[in-house]
Amino acid sequence: MLEDSVTQDHGAGGEPMRDLLDEHVLPRFAADGQDDVGLAALDDGAVFPVGEQAVVLTTDNHVVDPLQFPGGDIGRLAVSGTVNDLAMMGATGSVALTNSLVIEDGFDLDVLDEIFASMAATCEEADCRIVAGDTKVLPGDDVDGLVMNTAGVGIVPRGEHVSDAGLEPGDKVVVSGTIGDHGIALLAAREDIDFGADLESDVAPVDQLVDLAREAGEVTAMKDPTRGGLATALNEMAEKGGVGIELAESAVPVKPGVDGAGEVLGIDPLEVANEGKVVFAVSEADTEAVVSALRDHPKGTDAAVIGDVVDEHRGRVVLDTGVGRRYLSEPVSEPLPRIC
Amino acid sequence: MSAEGSEVLKFRDSEQAEVLYDRLESLMDSIGREVAIMHVCGSHEEAIAKYGLRSNLPEDLSVRMGPGCPVCVTDMPEIDEGIHLAEQGVTVATFGDMYKVPGTEGSLRDAERDGASVEVVYSATDAVEYAEDNPDEEVVFFATGFETTAAPTAAVLAAEPPENFSVLSVHKYVPPAMAAIAELPESDVDGFLAAGHAATITGYGLFEPLVEEYGIPTVVGGFEPLDVLRALVGLLELIDAGEAGLENAYPRVVSEDGNVAAKEIMWDVFEQTTREWRGLGEIPGGNLSMTDAYAEWNARERYDVDPDTGPADPLTEQCICGDIMAGKADPDDCTLFGTVCTPRDPVGPCMVSDEGTCHIWNTYGGRPEV
Repeated sequence: MLEDSVTQDHGAGGEPMRDLLDEHVLPRFAADGQDDVGLAALDDGAVFPVGEQAVVLTTDNHVVDPLQFPGGDIGRLAVSGTVNDLAMMGATGSVALTNSLVIEDGFDLDVLDEIFASMAATCEEADCRIVAGDTKVLPGDDVDGLVMNTAGVGIVPRGEHVSDAGLEPGDKVVVSGTIGDHGIALLAAREDIDFGADLESDVAPVDQLVDLAREAGEVTAMKDPTRGGLATALNEMAEKGGVGIELAESAVPVKPGVDGAGEVLGIDPLEVANEGKVVFAVSEADTEAVVSALRDHPKGTDAAVIGDVVDEHRGRVVLDTGVGRRYLSEPVSEPLPRIC
Repeated sequence: MSAEGSEVLKFRDSEQAEVLYDRLESLMDSIGREVAIMHVCGSHEEAIAKYGLRSNLPEDLSVRMGPGCPVCVTDMPEIDEGIHLAEQGVTVATFGDMYKVPGTEGSLRDAERDGASVEVVYSATDAVEYAEDNPDEEVVFFATGFETTAAPTAAVLAAEPPENFSVLSVHKYVPPAMAAIAELPESDVDGFLAAGHAATITGYGLFEPLVEEYGIPTVVGGFEPLDVLRALVGLLELIDAGEAGLENAYPRVVSEDGNVAAKEIMWDVFEQTTREWRGLGEIPGGNLSMTDAYAEWNARERYDVDPDTGPADPLTEQCICGDIMAGKADPDDCTLFGTVCTPRDPVGPCMVSDEGTCHIWNTYGGRPEV
């Protein structure tokens, strides 16, 4: 079967999406040399110089279904996602956002108000502000509920941005908390399956965690494990950094409820989106300090060292399952469409 | 952690795994030569690949998947029969992973895109319910799979389904395929790891004649990592002792006689016949066709199922799924694996089905040379 149309796999963040970008986007738009981090880097955001400073710019579409879910809603997701993409490049503080909406004709105003209130609260939490926006309304045939686009702009001193490619053999891999919460919670909410307590999205801004980690030690690379989950984030970091990553499955913090639901649904928590977590590569000597700084923050209490950056297995992630070892590959498609 | 959750974790304990790996090493030392074990179940391959067991197995012990993926062994002409029926205006109800498998000229999914009526169902019961809900349609259940799905198909037929329902049986029966592998002149299989869930129906006693006739040690195993390792220890113990024995390493689920009532119904509805298995050729007694007593629900009696198809896609000719299922090759021996042939764009059935070796290897990172 040859592909002559765009499929949902192309939007899932894995290999099909990279093929789409490589073949159709980058040849036309990726310019060399002018930016510190340009489009071709496919990082969380772009970094381009303006005098002594560098501006960090990022944008995201949000199409989550349902719009309101346990632990958050599309508004909190939009603000967090954009703030986090900027934070992953090192741009925390002094962040400004835009918010563009495409709304379905007949959309409940009370729900819209709840979503806006949640956005405002999340902006306060992340100390950022929304400074521009746009609104369109379409008939129900053309849009389902609400589509949101946010862009964010921040600043880093020139040369001090962090990429997802800077990790080196000897570094430790650290996560800021439990893995798989958002993806599994969304599926449970959508399918209306009751797995009991503690299935809540982790959606949250993580800019403060980034500040704490970078103050405590040398962070060589970071990434937020959103679409495609931890598996995709680590594979990208290994590939871009030209290193291998060894991951101990038993060290990855996963809530028992998420683990149990994943087992029942046949979905690996390592392969689904997180919306309030960070993967750091940290110089070995600073690992303890970074983990302990993260754990002092309410969003980082479950922070843990989960693996090592190694010279072998370049571009790949080796998973120690406790009873064996294998490569951890990226999921081909997000098991659940429209979760972010 | 729920009680059920901790129950499962008991079978993934790394310390116990360590003990079993050590035992495997010492048994291999004692045996002193290469040993090949064949399992015949996608769920076993899934467990082995997902938990990365091969990376810790003794070097001279190879564990391969045989013809254990029911979707994979369904022959192309059988898929053509289903498509031919769908093209005649009959609704074909099929399991999801069969839906995408290419026959000689495309899959049921392709037929549906061209206007044929195809319905994905999760069970034989589902197919019957669909027929009941749509009395104006003629519904044919495209009945694929081993004993685990043949028994439920038999159950719905024994319960006298509606008149607009019939069954195109391409069900396969595993023991004759194991015998056929054992008989292959080039076969180097030293032992069979038999599938625990099929044995819940048939009982492990079913393998007794196979063990006696071919002298190949056979152990029934479950699907958690420690279940698999325990079954392998059992097999190596038998091989080391030079004993063609039969053991049940999955006693918490499998009994000697299995589900007697289900077996009776299955053999009332079905009888063994000989047809081709994809990639393996004719397996004597390896197919299950419907007995005369159930002829009125037999789609082969009711409709013209004889398709007139052209030659297969040349790319399909390069697929070595058959050799992989015969235990003669690994997925990465195939030039198409992971490049031309991927789960996104599969060439052969081993990449289409979740239970296919190629699909499983691709999902869990390719060759386990870690």
